[in-house]
Amino acid sequence: MSGEEWQVVWFTAWVSALSTVVILPFGLAVAWVLARFTWPGKSVLETLISLPLVMPPVATGLILLKLFGRRGAIGGFLHDTLNLDVIFTWRGVLIALGVMSFPLLVRSARVAFEEVNPRFEQIARTLGASDLRVFFTITTPLALRGILGGMLLSFARALGEFGATIMVAGNIPGRTSTLSLSIFQSVQLGQDAHAFRMLGISVVLAFVAVWTSEWLMRRGKERK
Amino acid sequence: MSLLLKDISLPLAHFVLRVNVELQGRTTGIFGPSGAGKTSLLDLIAGLRRAKSAFIQLDNEILTDTDRRISIPPRRRGIGYVPQDLALFPHLSVQQNLLYGQKSNDDPKPLFSLKHVVDVLELQPLVHRGVKDLSGGEQQRVALARALLASPRLLLLDEPLGSLDSQLKARILPYLTRIRDEFQVPMLYVTHDAEEVAALCDNVVRLDRGQVAGHGATASVLKMS
Repeated sequence: MSGEEWQVVWFTAWVSALSTVVILPFGLAVAWVLARFTWPGKSVLETLISLPLVMPPVATGLILLKLFGRRGAIGGFLHDTLNLDVIFTWRGVLIALGVMSFPLLVRSARVAFEEVNPRFEQIARTLGASDLRVFFTITTPLALRGILGGMLLSFARALGEFGATIMVAGNIPGRTSTLSLSIFQSVQLGQDAHAFRMLGISVVLAFVAVWTSEWLMRRGKERK
Repeated sequence: MSLLLKDISLPLAHFVLRVNVELQGRTTGIFGPSGAGKTSLLDLIAGLRRAKSAFIQLDNEILTDTDRRISIPPRRRGIGYVPQDLALFPHLSVQQNLLYGQKSNDDPKPLFSLKHVVDVLELQPLVHRGVKDLSGGEQQRVALARALLASPRLLLLDEPLGSLDSQLKARILPYLTRIRDEFQVPMLYVTHDAEEVAALCDNVVRLDRGQVAGHGATASVLKMS
């Protein structure tokens, strides 16, 4: 493999992992709220969160492009106040991957939280624990396998993301090129050997992530 | 201890739990058949459920007053609760379970030291084990100790012997009397077993389908039922 190919693999793995870490606190908070509370209109929030799973990724990318472009609501603010550009940068890749993999994290974490017996949390409160302490010492450790499984699924989803990423970040070699973008470009240019090497690496990375996720979920159920 | 339960109204599946009673004394039994509303009443006292209406006062402190929208959160009530399923935290060791309350409260002067409670309940051989490795009776003692170590001013025990066979009951009962006599923490003891009430409680409230069917000294209430 060439240095350029290694760079693509490294960048894809790194930015996918970072996007998973960045969405984690938001994903856990949303999942916990969905698992523990009901309110009128809850299904609207559930549907909104799941939208990136079913919408064409390119359409999600277009929304992000409009929001994070220099003339967009968020992009304009970031450019004017922090001199930060998102579109056609690695930050654009990060945001696209985070948005596309967010629903998978929320779904897995929500199921994991729902499986934690609320009695443990209640008794922890009678022992004097604050809600935050209960969350970090009781709820999260008991849901940990499901959360880790969700993180791995999100990571795997990010590894393979294409449509939203190309809209937001383009495919700039050495800057925003990910595995899937690189495969697409190689096929377009007739560079089959390169495309197949990237394909092989994609398969291995995705297989390990999904297999580990399934294994964690299975172990979590066996332990309950 | 004085626990005032006034105008309690909580709709349950087949009836409405209605309680108006003042409890005094060290150990009070909440006695009645399964499904009479005993656990729901304990949940209300601990602040784990919200009633349609309720006024709950422990000694001089109002814990719940639905009319004035007062509801002290469970963590500030100072009420220890040992539920029927014990709810020992499965991912923590026995020692971590025991110290969970003290660490949550940051109490510089807990009512009882770990050593004292461990000695009285004979938990020394268990403290470094995982809770899943314990027998039913051992788990019961750990749950009692965990609640005591959080320095409660009232202890709620929900059918603590309910899931144990008669042999194990006979072994655990002395620990309960030891807790009552050694630590002097007032207890509300929920059970459907008249023998347990007779062995442990000074006073009894008899609940039947959510209504108080009798209240007073243990002997007289048991005689009536």
